[in-house]
Amino acid sequence: METEYLIAIDEFCTSHNIEISFVSSLQQSGLIEITTRKNSTFIEADQLKQLEKFIRLYYELDINLEGIETINYLLQRIGSMQDEITSLRNRLRLYENE
Amino acid sequence: MDFVDYYKLLGIEKTATPKEIKSAYRKLARKHHPDLNPNDKDAKRKFQQINEANEVLSDPEKRKKYDQYGKDWQHSEQFEKQQQYQNQNRSSRSGSSGYSQTQSDSDFSDFFESMFGGARGAGRSRQVKYRGEDYTTELQLELTDAYKTHKQTLNVNGEKIRITVPAGIENGQTIKIAGHGGKGINGGPDGDLYITFSISNHPDFKRLGNDLFTTVDLNLYKAVLGGEITIDTLNGKVKLQVKPETQSGNKVKLKNKGFPVYKNEGQYGDLYVTYSIKIPTNLSEKQKELFNQLSEM
Repeated sequence: METEYLIAIDEFCTSHNIEISFVSSLQQSGLIEITTRKNSTFIEADQLKQLEKFIRLYYELDINLEGIETINYLLQRIGSMQDEITSLRNRLRLYENE
Repeated sequence: MDFVDYYKLLGIEKTATPKEIKSAYRKLARKHHPDLNPNDKDAKRKFQQINEANEVLSDPEKRKKYDQYGKDWQHSEQFEKQQQYQNQNRSSRSGSSGYSQTQSDSDFSDFFESMFGGARGAGRSRQVKYRGEDYTTELQLELTDAYKTHKQTLNVNGEKIRITVPAGIENGQTIKIAGHGGKGINGGPDGDLYITFSISNHPDFKRLGNDLFTTVDLNLYKAVLGGEITIDTLNGKVKLQVKPETQSGNKVKLKNKGFPVYKNEGQYGDLYVTYSIKIPTNLSEKQKELFNQLSEM
């Protein structure tokens, strides 16, 4: 059985000094996933990095939720395009030094 | 150590109001923030500069000191005293704000460190637990290194990290070593280390995914009459039967003689061999005569 690493959202929000409603808004926008166990809500540890990024965008750069959604979508596109560039560069190496 | 013009960095006048400073900082931060420019070292450096400028100019005390001594900071006796005082108290200070929390003190310029000490006091009052900074590094490998699973020792920020590089790693591929990034802040988890592999071209073998491509020289007689040749692969020599009347550019596929499949032990791609037929040179009179006879047949 695979081990799940879950972080309690209320503890996370307390330690980061942010509103729980912000995390809920991120979930409603589909930006993060929240897991419920015995009436408590958790976030998986591998989503922590994304969540902290959204917090920085919201609280430090004053970017609203719609802006974060757009940025997230564009960053994902950039990521997949970078993967494609790497793959094409590797293909190009076949024809280098010929 | 050069003087850093924080006003110029933020693109504002020396008379700028706190609101104008905040607005200029936000505008530039949105452009250069590392979250919005992943893997862009220039953007990260630029963000660190504007963050530093904001740290100083948004704090009335620091701004006053900067305005007073900024350009002449090296010659100011008063400033020297201030610096000594700060150095004595440096160890008792704590934390900084925002994204810079996840970074080391060296992310601030020498100029800033000298004028305001190593710590950064201004900023949010939130006592935030942050993951440590993620580190990124590049590891150069030869194609032959990537062919076999092997161990490598990396030196990351003075710490030696021993990693296992699985066979079949791809050029440009990034792997994550969890927990080997910067230390977490205020009890937050440590960051991760991301290693991107750069695999050098091999003089004889080209790679595409799990397949390898090589060109083998074939003498005219073997190409015409066929026969057995021995060729090099990345896993030693193999014997290969050449069909009679083989043409230059003909390709043969050697199944499972290519590159190992990443994290699939025992599975290999294929090796594609292209023949390049070499015409004999410096022919003797006898050879020329025989070729003439052939051409007239």
